[in-house]
Amino acid sequence: MSADVKADQVLDAKGLSCPLPILKTKKAVEALSKNQVLKVETTDPGSKNDMASWAKRTGNEILKVEEGSGTFTFFIKKTA
Amino acid sequence: MANKKMTIIASKGSLDMAYPPLILATTAAAMDVDVTIFFTFFGLDIIKKGNADNLKISPIGNPAMPMPIPIPTLVGSLPGMEAMATSMMKSMFKKHGVASIGTLLDLAKESGVKLIACQMTMDVMGVKQSDIVDGVEFGGAAMWLDEASDSQINLFV
Repeated sequence: MSADVKADQVLDAKGLSCPLPILKTKKAVEALSKNQVLKVETTDPGSKNDMASWAKRTGNEILKVEEGSGTFTFFIKKTA
Repeated sequence: MANKKMTIIASKGSLDMAYPPLILATTAAAMDVDVTIFFTFFGLDIIKKGNADNLKISPIGNPAMPMPIPIPTLVGSLPGMEAMATSMMKSMFKKHGVASIGTLLDLAKESGVKLIACQMTMDVMGVKQSDIVDGVEFGGAAMWLDEASDSQINLFV
């Protein structure tokens, strides 16, 4: 995957704990059209694995994950 | 592909024990799982009108209960200790961005989680159908077993 992934929508889920980042991601992805990309920012350390499990189960694709200092940024393509 | 299915029996009415059913139900719904929660015994307190955000936690009988200072078991039974433990837990949840029970219940309903209240325990404990929040169905063991028989995940909390 190339370094540049363009997001169609951004979801700020920083400061939220399980299960809110997943619930909000689901809602935001549902609002997208197929093949659009959602950028989600979180601070919940559990969200890294949770997001992967969620994407696997719902058939959406995580294009890229960036880890900052205490933050996680996911680029999720709506493929389902 | 047909959605997976899950049922949860929610039998407890304390603040801490109300969380697992609602966290799992809302998350499962977000993962395209069809969810049913069966509220029975003290779990009914979660779906009584206006009660979801008034659930309490007791320091009694829970050695793992975090308290500002170590508190002997006997002291935990004094008046005011339950309120103190409850407000402490609530502020800890809030500080960490955890949704309240009321919010999770709303999110569960919004995402199509099927809610069933146990009619038998309602009768025993004097709970009327009008005491229960809207959007809940009423039934018994057979109704849960019907859902559970088709589910891959069945949990008792």
